[in-house]
Amino acid sequence: MITDIIKASVAASAIRLATPYIFASLGETFGQRSGVLNLGVDGIMLLGAFAAYYAVFETGNLLLGVLAALIVGMLLGLAMAFISVTLQAEQGISGIGVYLFGLGLSELLFQKTVSTPTPIEGFPRINFPVLTDLPVLGEIFFHHNLLVYVAFALVPISSFILNRTTFGLQIRAVGQNPEAADAMGISVARVRYMTVMIGGALAGLAGASLSIALLNIFQSNLTAGQGFIAVALVYFGAWRPYWVMGGALLFSTVNALQLQVKTIENALGINVPSEFAVMAPYVVTIITLIFASKRVEQPTALTKPFERGES
Amino acid sequence: MPEHLLPTGHRRIDQMRMQGIVKKFPGVLAVDHVDFDVKAGEIHALLGENGAGKSTLMKILYGLYHQEEGQVFLNDLPVVIRSPNQAIQHGIGMIHQHFMLVPSLTVAQNVALGMKSSRGFLLDIDMVSKRIRELSEIYGLQVNPSTPIWQLAVGEQQRVEILRALYRGAALLILDEPTAVLTPQEVDDLFRILKQMTADGHALIFISHKLHEVLAISQRITVLRDGKQVYSIPTETATKETLAHMMVGRPVVLHYDLRPIEPGPARLRLEEVSATSDRGDEGLKKVSLQLHAGEIVGVAGVSGNGQRELAQVIAGMRSTSSGKIWLDNHDVTNHSPAAMNQHGLSHIPEARMTDGVIKNFTVAENFVLQNHGRKPYAWGGVFMNFRNITRQCKTAIKDYEIKTPSHETPIKSLSGGNIQKLVLARELSRQPRVLIAAQPTRGVDIGASEYIHHRLLEERTKGTAILLISEDLDEILALSDRIVVMYEGAIVGEVKRDQADIRTLGLMMAGSKVPV
Ligand SMILES: Nc1ncnc2c1ncn2[C@@H]1O[C@H](COP(=O)(O)OP(=O)(O)O)[C@@H](O)[C@H]1O
Ligand SMILES: [Mg+2]
Repeated sequence: MITDIIKASVAASAIRLATPYIFASLGETFGQRSGVLNLGVDGIMLLGAFAAYYAVFETGNLLLGVLAALIVGMLLGLAMAFISVTLQAEQGISGIGVYLFGLGLSELLFQKTVSTPTPIEGFPRINFPVLTDLPVLGEIFFHHNLLVYVAFALVPISSFILNRTTFGLQIRAVGQNPEAADAMGISVARVRYMTVMIGGALAGLAGASLSIALLNIFQSNLTAGQGFIAVALVYFGAWRPYWVMGGALLFSTVNALQLQVKTIENALGINVPSEFAVMAPYVVTIITLIFASKRVEQPTALTKPFERGES
Repeated sequence: MPEHLLPTGHRRIDQMRMQGIVKKFPGVLAVDHVDFDVKAGEIHALLGENGAGKSTLMKILYGLYHQEEGQVFLNDLPVVIRSPNQAIQHGIGMIHQHFMLVPSLTVAQNVALGMKSSRGFLLDIDMVSKRIRELSEIYGLQVNPSTPIWQLAVGEQQRVEILRALYRGAALLILDEPTAVLTPQEVDDLFRILKQMTADGHALIFISHKLHEVLAISQRITVLRDGKQVYSIPTETATKETLAHMMVGRPVVLHYDLRPIEPGPARLRLEEVSATSDRGDEGLKKVSLQLHAGEIVGVAGVSGNGQRELAQVIAGMRSTSSGKIWLDNHDVTNHSPAAMNQHGLSHIPEARMTDGVIKNFTVAENFVLQNHGRKPYAWGGVFMNFRNITRQCKTAIKDYEIKTPSHETPIKSLSGGNIQKLVLARELSRQPRVLIAAQPTRGVDIGASEYIHHRLLEERTKGTAILLISEDLDEILALSDRIVVMYEGAIVGEVKRDQADIRTLGLMMAGSKVPV
């Protein structure tokens, strides 16, 4: 009985904790499918998280918070696109630049404005009639905040966009063979700008999901590297939205277990050194990446700037 | 006046004319005041060596580059074509030298790429597939719309390119070296389609550096050399000799005199050698082969049938999964490239720019790549002896007629032909007992090819055992004493030079096991 309750609460919190991963890694999937590796996701998440938090802190308006995160994320995406697409800078390095920028600026702005971590009123959990009251299932699936559902809804939507729309076809073509796309009259730059900006907006939203839905607070380096894990998840998920979601859930489950490790230990009567719990997600990252070798959708032009007339 | 429509339902282009076109790249005048025109119902061939400016001229017409001077006219009206999109809207299509297909996408998806969908932002793959089937019907271009490109043979991929151009309403189609990768049968097939297209009122521009093809398919021929238009002639009055002369700028030998040689003892022996390809499947399947002193054995085959793996296992660059390799009765199976060199093997690798030279190194550095640590290029195996390196390299530059500003020029700024000559100079300077020449003249102009061929024949006379791997059947037929054909990693047949004909070889290259 007690283990059932733990299982349910671990599952519920795994689903909740998957939210930022799903937003960020879906966004990154778009960019990478078009051939742009954005390593700055974590920095964009931080600034998005701050923007959302600050908007809610000042106005109490949650939608305004979401909007702020989307806009800030999109602008950083625009900057990343400008650096990597127009200026054709080395993508790994410019991503790290964006990360450090987001890390530093979010910290600075936070110190200049709110300065002490102050909780805010974030997205409330939704109570569905009947469903929420279902035993076990209600707790796992029907008692989350709005952004959780938005994140999961974005998975089929992203998959649909990539596989069933003309824009998706353009994204895939640009990531696999930009010369061919160019010769077919597709603007490689336009497609890459759009995907990197979508990626930025979703990374901003990922940040918001932390600061105004899950944790309802902001502090320095709030994301603690989740943006980097989101990038790894895209590789892990082999550039497919559903697999990426699977990866996100795997990680959030590890996170959730980590949070509940004491409860579990007590229930099962075992003892796990806390260092292991902290290390777990990173170890899982590395191990899964080693085994995630099926790479049919890997964009061959990933990280390669495109310039017409080369080759 | 009624509109002239093509069977595809698109409007035709009665005439296209380019006038006084000039295009410069940093340091090169790629196209120098060229006039070129084509009419509905004809094939105008554009002939020229590598680097003559053929692709550049056509990329201007297709909107990929912009000319510095000159004007394009369509049906006598001046037009400005700024992008491939605009070219497509004008009814101009282009099939590039390197196919512009996305391997992971299906045929229909590749065709739909960049097109307006009838369902707005949703893909309309079913509609596209239906239309592809209609067009395939008209021109006998069989392809399955739902097959991914990577599963198709090269000839089929080309059909997809043609279909796509037709789908997009091409009335004028530019084909940039379309036969470079095809088997003779596939070339026949292509020519049949091209003839049908002209009969229907398409205008075609056919780019090639192969004389016999140009003579076989076109109505008019224009020759470019160093960006200049040097010759334009109706095909019926053209001859191979004059065309070759015009392309190269001097008379060219088109046939070699292969004096029969009594082959000596076996130098290289392969016994049922198998190896895994990069894709992970069996790239070489139990290949057995003997190479004697003083003979050239040609390896014919469509690209990707194990030739690369064959050269690499012999050169020590790829390990075998089974079988034995003997060099002068030494078992050299799975020896390193360095050890193979020591045993007297030289290798002209197929991937010249990645396996043959180091792009950013100078000519001299590339010349001593393997021997830099040995006399006379180093003292005590440690300190480089630049005086000797320079002297030997300068001799090679002179002997092999390598066109380079100096021995200190980075190799990447040389033309393909000159890079290849340097690789040849280096490999022959070691006085090999066995020479593997993989695609020795691919991307090399006729002048340099001719030179390389003469050197190979000289080596043959000296008694070197030579394995010539080439996709160019003319080259194989011109130089080989014996010809083996590879298909799907195995040797499917062997013919003597005097019994070889291009038809049978073509059939064998396509996989049919013709009796030896
Ligand atoms: N994008 C480019 N940048 C600089 N030089 C180029 C470029 N494309 C072609 N060239 C140069 O222009 C000349 C003509 O090239 P190209 O048109 O490709 O010749 P061809 O198609 O006849 O082999 C060559 O000297 C080539 O090196
Ligand atoms: Mg060309």
